[in-house]
Parts: sequence; structure tokens; C-alpha cells
Amino acid sequence: MREDSLFRDEQYESRLILGRLQILAFVVMVVLAMLALRYHYLQIEQFDRFVTQSDENRIHVRAVPPTRGLVFDRNGIVLAENRPSYTLTIVPENTDGLDQLLDKLANVVAISDIDLQRFQEQLETYRRPYEPVPFRYNLDEQEVARFAVQQFDLVGADIQVELIRHYPLGEYFAHVVGYVGRINDREQASIDLEAYAGSHVIGKTGIERQYETELLGVVGYEYVETDARGNVLRILERHHPIPGQNIHLNLDSELQIAIQDQLVGEQAAAVAIDTNNSGVLALVSTPSFDPNLFVSGISTREYSALLENPAKPLFNRALQGQYPPGSTVKPMFGLIALQEQSITPEFTLFDPGYYILEGQDRVSRDWKSQGHGTVDLTKAIVESCNVFYYELGHRTGIESLSDYGLRFGLGHKTGIDLPGEQSGVMPSPNWKRGARGVAWYPGDTINVGVGQGFLLVTPLQLAQTTAVIARKGSVIPPSLVSAIGDQPVLSIVSDQIEIAEEHWALVHGAMRDVVHTTHGTAQSINRGIDNYEIAGKTGTAQAISVAEDVDYDDLELEKHQRDHALFVAFAPADNPQFSVGVIVENGEHGGSMAAPIARVIFDKLLESYVPEPVKNGGANVPN
Amino acid sequence: MSQTDFVRKLPDAQSEKPTNTFWQSIHIDPTLLALVLITLAFGLVVLYSASDGQFSFLKRQVMMAGAGLVAMIIVAQIPPSVMQRWVWLPYAGGLLLLVAVIFFGLEVNGAQRWLDLGPIAFQPSEILKLSLPLLLAAYLGKRHMPPRFKHVFMSLLMIALPAGLVVVQPDLGTSLLVAGSGLAVLFTAGLKWRYMLAALILVIISAPLMWQFGLHDYQRERIITMFNPEADRLGAGWNIIQSVTAIGSGGWSGKGWLLGTQSHLDFLPESHTDFIIAVLAEEFGFRGVCILLSLYLLIIGRGFWISYTAKSPFSRLASAAVVVTFFVYVSVNMAMVSGLLPVVGVPLPLVSYGGTSLISLFMMFGILMAISTEPGTLKS
Repeated sequence: MREDSLFRDEQYESRLILGRLQILAFVVMVVLAMLALRYHYLQIEQFDRFVTQSDENRIHVRAVPPTRGLVFDRNGIVLAENRPSYTLTIVPENTDGLDQLLDKLANVVAISDIDLQRFQEQLETYRRPYEPVPFRYNLDEQEVARFAVQQFDLVGADIQVELIRHYPLGEYFAHVVGYVGRINDREQASIDLEAYAGSHVIGKTGIERQYETELLGVVGYEYVETDARGNVLRILERHHPIPGQNIHLNLDSELQIAIQDQLVGEQAAAVAIDTNNSGVLALVSTPSFDPNLFVSGISTREYSALLENPAKPLFNRALQGQYPPGSTVKPMFGLIALQEQSITPEFTLFDPGYYILEGQDRVSRDWKSQGHGTVDLTKAIVESCNVFYYELGHRTGIESLSDYGLRFGLGHKTGIDLPGEQSGVMPSPNWKRGARGVAWYPGDTINVGVGQGFLLVTPLQLAQTTAVIARKGSVIPPSLVSAIGDQPVLSIVSDQIEIAEEHWALVHGAMRDVVHTTHGTAQSINRGIDNYEIAGKTGTAQAISVAEDVDYDDLELEKHQRDHALFVAFAPADNPQFSVGVIVENGEHGGSMAAPIARVIFDKLLESYVPEPVKNGGANVPN
Repeated sequence: MSQTDFVRKLPDAQSEKPTNTFWQSIHIDPTLLALVLITLAFGLVVLYSASDGQFSFLKRQVMMAGAGLVAMIIVAQIPPSVMQRWVWLPYAGGLLLLVAVIFFGLEVNGAQRWLDLGPIAFQPSEILKLSLPLLLAAYLGKRHMPPRFKHVFMSLLMIALPAGLVVVQPDLGTSLLVAGSGLAVLFTAGLKWRYMLAALILVIISAPLMWQFGLHDYQRERIITMFNPEADRLGAGWNIIQSVTAIGSGGWSGKGWLLGTQSHLDFLPESHTDFIIAVLAEEFGFRGVCILLSLYLLIIGRGFWISYTAKSPFSRLASAAVVVTFFVYVSVNMAMVSGLLPVVGVPLPLVSYGGTSLISLFMMFGILMAISTEPGTLKS
């Protein structure tokens, strides 16, 4: 003990220490009371908030996507189906480091720059926490096996079996059935996010888009308990999804395939319609593309190849191609002239090979420079005499041609159940003032009379107006879908064009003669038919304009400048069941290029047709 | 607690009535022992749940508690006067080991805190947590109280040496705990208020400088996280958000033993070590927290009683230092897990899993028992 402690005041020191101990004890009480208050605050006052938070932690609502409806043709052949596909997904929240995981994955599965780019884009766009982000689609068996072996080292990555859309007939139906693709930002903004929870794709074109709501189905939910790493421990509650409805089409896939195979290498379109109900049996646009490319995201390279292809494979010519109809409008204009009494069935004129409108110096030529001689309406249709139709148009007047033309289905959308249809142009003085800002000239009517000038139609409209003629004036909008689920879609007559029966008979007869007489412009296709007759009309449409004084026929033209070949027809001629419209771009002559396609179509459809002695007999339509 | 315990230790008890001679002869304080064992048992129940029902953790903890009890009994046999004389030895040894850590320490998570001694690895700072307050008690107990400036200076030097060595590891949390236990002795010894006021002003002035230059990035981050855990939900804020959620969702009666979702679904980090109070709060509710707090309060109260009735200034200061250290562990841990303090590595006494902390806790109780059973009357 040290010296100075000899003088220590023990009483004082003891009091000092005991005083300090009391202060410490007081501090302890205060601090422990504060801790008790803190826990009271959290556990009693804020209980509701934290109990909710802890439930949100462990209970996740998981969307269960519905199975998308299938698409069938009229014979039950699948055109769009769902196939299981192995998709490698990543939950970024669960990884120990995204970059390291991607490096490791590169040794397990093949990863392209496109995959990486697409993955980055999806990371940056909207997504729910702990939602798996797809990284690689369509893993093959080997990759799945390699992943399974390495999985312990690939925390955060998983393989999901997903149903993805598949189009077994590929490019044959790309322009009709369309395709689904990943939901893009624009669609993201407009769709009901709830309905698409769990779905990655949406119908982009064709039937897939038109009937998106029906095909999609109703999303299901399950409440799952997960641990902190997002592993699902158990399902607490489940609301099953309702699968999308199957769509049954009027299409006949065999016919569709046969037509497309006939048109290989051409830029062409063909539409076949069942005249009984305007059901679309075939809708072909060539060239086409493989819709399966779009399902899981098409690469930029493949997409730009499709876009830059001069033949425009993505362009649906049947719905969106607008062409001058040429002489294919002659039967319709003949009917209009007869009904309006601007000509009579007995009316004739002499065709010298050219036509000069009264009081004007403009010369309009016939395609046959020496002329057709004395011509009546039947001969004008059979031989496709232009001079007769210049006069017919002049006599009938644009107002009547336009009014009736609209009712036959020109100049407006047919109302087919596909998106993106073009309306074509049925010109009139009003239209010209509105669209071009100039007055209508008599010469304009002359051009319209032979299907040139401002008149533009789509291949679908060609088939549709021909169906209206075949049905003698009853208008039924064309339809692709025959049934949604087990609910049939009924066709309705939207208009009835009143034209005297003898006029229909005359024009139907003239159209039959186009194919079945020696002077007919489509006589080349009549060989070998024994059980039915075709009623048709050829057409040739100028692809480019030529100065009036140049003899058009003498021009040596590049392929892409050549005339478009057109053909419309229905069959059997005496008991119409089917109508077709065909256009072959730069095919030059309707009779030689387009008509044979119609023959193929009718042969296929009427293979087992037995001609009936009585007209207007029962339909002999498959199904 | 029995009536006789109180009677025996009245502060001015000049009577040398020898009571409870059995417990006194084996140097065990039965009241304290009972409280410690009850708390330990409660802790084992919680630990079993926190470790997802793994018996291996429980077994190890029980074994360590057994070792701790032995250590406690041994320490309790050492007369306080012997402690006072020889405490410089563990202090100096601890300092040497801290120096050794700088050169030979294991690097874990960017900090060198551990010393690898063959089969076992331990943190030498643990030794200082105990020996520094004892050394100060020994030093100041022999001198005038309140301590004079020279003695205060020497004391601060004794504190600064280990605190400085720990802070460079870097381990700011432990360094503050070590320094705090030393300062508690100074305070109990009657440090003049004007010294404390001067120190307070010094701290306030230097705080901004310390923030700027004295702290590592991760330390600053922890402090920021405490004030705004939402700023980094999945990163540094995760632990606090999850532990506060666990505590809050327990409510009054809790989710039930083994039924805590936060801990059993792995949302709660470190659930069997530093954050174990969150498991207790989630499964046993506010009721359970109150029970644990009461047990701690009783242990601390008993500790103060021992200090109050101790027979020498050294005994008083030493026992007060031990009690304050125990209290600081409890309050820092519970405040940290409930989001009142930044995250520092402080276990919850007698509940958290961990052998080192358990053994040093029992040694602390051993010191208290040695003091409480010291024969004789108050002497200087």
C-alpha cells in the first residue's frame, strides 16, 4: 500500500463510490426501461405493420399462366400448338453475383450475344422482385443434363419447363394464323398486367392477334411460402387458371399447302372462299416466313434479313396488297350497266381497236390492236374487250359504278376477322376531290371501266366480290373462324344487291364462256375437267404507267415492271360453291399465270363433286 | 433470493455474524448462480429454435456452459486481494497477444482479429474486456478517490493501449466496449465532474473529424444504415429490416416456439448468434422479452448489491466494472437488433451461441462471487 493512502478519508471515499454506484444503477434502470419501451413500440404498437411485413416476406403470390388455346383447320389439323421447352431462368436476387453466375453458365450452355443482350433488356424493364428472368430458351437435352450436374454451383439459376407456341406447318400459315411474340414496351403499357401475369407472349399478327382475348385464357394464382432465397416450400392456396379457348378455322390446310406450293418463287396472293357462308378456305401470300422465329424473340440479323428482302415476305399481299383489278371487274360492271339500263343485253358496238371519247382527243387502246369487231356484253367479257367497256363505263357513269362497286365489296374493308386489312379504292368524284383535290374527268370513268385508273383492290376483295356475284348479290363478310371453343361463329348476310335474274344468268354464262369456249381468255385451263365447269374472268393490271402515245406492248420490260396477272372465278358455274381470287405480281397475263392456280384450287375442292341435275342443289362442301 | 442474502450484506454491517458458511466456504453466491442458470436455460430453449433444431449447436453450447461453470468456480476461489496484485499479468499478456495479432492474425472479412492457436482460434480482445477494468480497479483502488489528475492520466493510458490496438484491427465496436468498461471504473472511482465535462466537449468537437478521417467506409455505412435501413433494402439494411420485422411480428404472445417464420425461413441473418433476441421476440413475443429483461435486471441488481457490500475499494470498483460490462452487452445488443444502434458484433449474454463469450461471462460471474464471498469487513 502506497504512502498517500495513509491519509485516506475512508468514510468519504466509501460515500463517493456508493453514490456513483447509485448513479450507475439509475442509468441501468433508465436504459433498460427505454429498451422495454422500444420493444413495446415494435411488438405492440407496430404489430400490425410488422406482421404484414413478415407475411409479405414469406408469402408470395405466383401467377400460373393459362395454356393458350390451340388453332385448328376445318379438318382438325393443328396449326398452332404449345410445346414444352426448357428455359434457363435466373432470379437476380438469389445470385451471389450476377456476373460470376453468367461466367459459370457460359461453360454449361451455349450463350450468344443475342441472349445476353435480350437478358439485359429484360433486367432493365419492368419486373417483379424474385421473378425468374428467362436467359436461354430451347435448351437441348445435353445442356439440361450438364446444368443438372453443375446446379449446386449455379445458385440463382434454374431450368423451367415452359409451354411455348409452335406452328407445325410453319410458313404455310404465317400470314393467316400469324404468330405470338414477347410483350414489348408499347404493349406492356396497354394490356391488363393482371391478365398477363405469368404470360410472356402476346398475339402479334393474324388470328393470334385477332382472337388474343379468347386464346389467352384466364390467369391462375397460387400463394406460396418461400424462404429468404425464394425457394418455394409449400403452396398455401391455389386458384387454377382457365385455359384459352381453341379456335377452329374454315381454312383447309391441304388446300392452303397446295396453293402455296404452286406459287413457289412468285410474289403472289390467292384467296379461296366457300360461297355458301363466305368461310375462307385458303388465304395465301407468297413469299412467306417461318413464324416460329418470332416466338421466343427473333434475332436482329434474321429480322433485318426479312425486312430487307425485296420480295417482302412479311407483307401480307392477300390483305394488304392493293392492285388495279384490271379486267376482273368486267362481270361486275356489266351487271351494274344492265341493272342501270345504260346498256341492254342486245346492245352491240364495233370495236376498231381504239376508243375516242366524244369531244376529246384522247385515244384509249384495246389490248388487241386490230380490235374485236362487233361486240356484245357476253363477247366483251369472254374476250375481255376494252373498247366495249370504255363505252359501258361512259354510259353508266362513275356514280353508279361507284355506288354499286361499294356494295359489291370494293373500296372498304371486307370485315374479315384478321387485323391489318387494307380497304382498296373505289373512286368517285367525291373521293377524288377529297383525296386528290381535283375534279373528276370523263376520262377517269373510262379508265375505271376497265379496272385501271384510281381503282385498287386487294386479292381478298377479288375473291369476295366474286363470291357476291356467285351468290347473285347476297353479301356475307368473309370469315376465317368457324368456331371458338365449341361455340360456332355464324355468318350473316349483310346486304342483298337487287339485280334482275336474267342479268345474273347472262353474266354467269359469259364467265363460264371465258373458260369453256375457244375464244375465252382462260380457255387454257379447261382441259381435263369432267365433273364441273368454272366461271371466271382474267385480268391484267399495269404495274407501271406508260405515256399514252407509246405502244405499251412493244416495251421490253424488266420483270418487276411487267403487268400483274389476275384471275377471279367461281365453280361449279351452274351451282356455285367456291370462289377464288388470284394475283401473280408481274405474271403478265391472267389467263396463263393466274388462272391455272384457280384450276388447282377447284380441282382440289371439287374432287368428289357430282354434278346435280337440278340447279341450287345442296351444298357439297366438306364438313 | 433468500432473505438471509440481504441481511448478511447490509452496507454498514459491522457485525461479523458468520452466516451461510457453506456457500461462503465454497465461494459461490447461490442467488447469482440461480439467476444465471435460469437465464442460461431460457437461452438454450431459444437457441434450439434459432439453430433450426440442430442438436449439435445445443450440445456445444451446453458443453461450453459446463466449461464456463468450472472456470467460474475456479475464479471464485481467487481472493480479491490476489486478483488485485496479479491482474497486470493477464493485462500485459493480452496486450502482447494483440500485438501478435497485428503480425500473425487471421484475416477474416478484411479485419485481423483472430489468433490461431492450433486447435482453437480466439480473439485476444476478449482477455482485455475482463482484465482492463480489473487492472484499473486495482490501480485506482489503491489511491485517493476521487482520482487525481496524474492517476486519471495513467488510467487513460491503460485504456488507450488496448483500445488503440483493437481499433487498428479494425474493430471499432470491441474497442469502444473495452474503453467503455475502463471508463466505467474511472466513473465509479469518483472521477470529477469537470473532467467528464471536459471530455464530453472534446468528443463533440472531434466527432466530425472522426467521422471524416477516423472511420472506415463500412463503419460509416453501418451508421448510415441504422438511421435509414430502407436506403439499401437488400444490402446493408437487410439485417436490420429483417430483425425489426421479426421482433415486431411477434406481438404480445409471439408466434410460438419453433414457429417463427422470419428465422426459420432464413430471412433473419445470424439468428443463433448476435441476432438471437429477434428469434426470442418473434416466437415468445413481448412477454418473452419482458421475462428476459427481468432476468437481466435481477442479475445486474444482484451485481450492484455485491458491489455495494464489497469489502474493499478494489472489490467495489471491480465488481461495478463487471456489472457495467454485462449491462453494456445486454443493452448494446438489444438496441442494435431493434435498430437503435449500428450493427456491432456484440453477443447477447447467456443466450447467443458462442463459446468464447460464454466462458468469459462465467469468469465475470466468478469474479463477482469471489467478491461477494470475501470474508471480513470493509477495509481499504
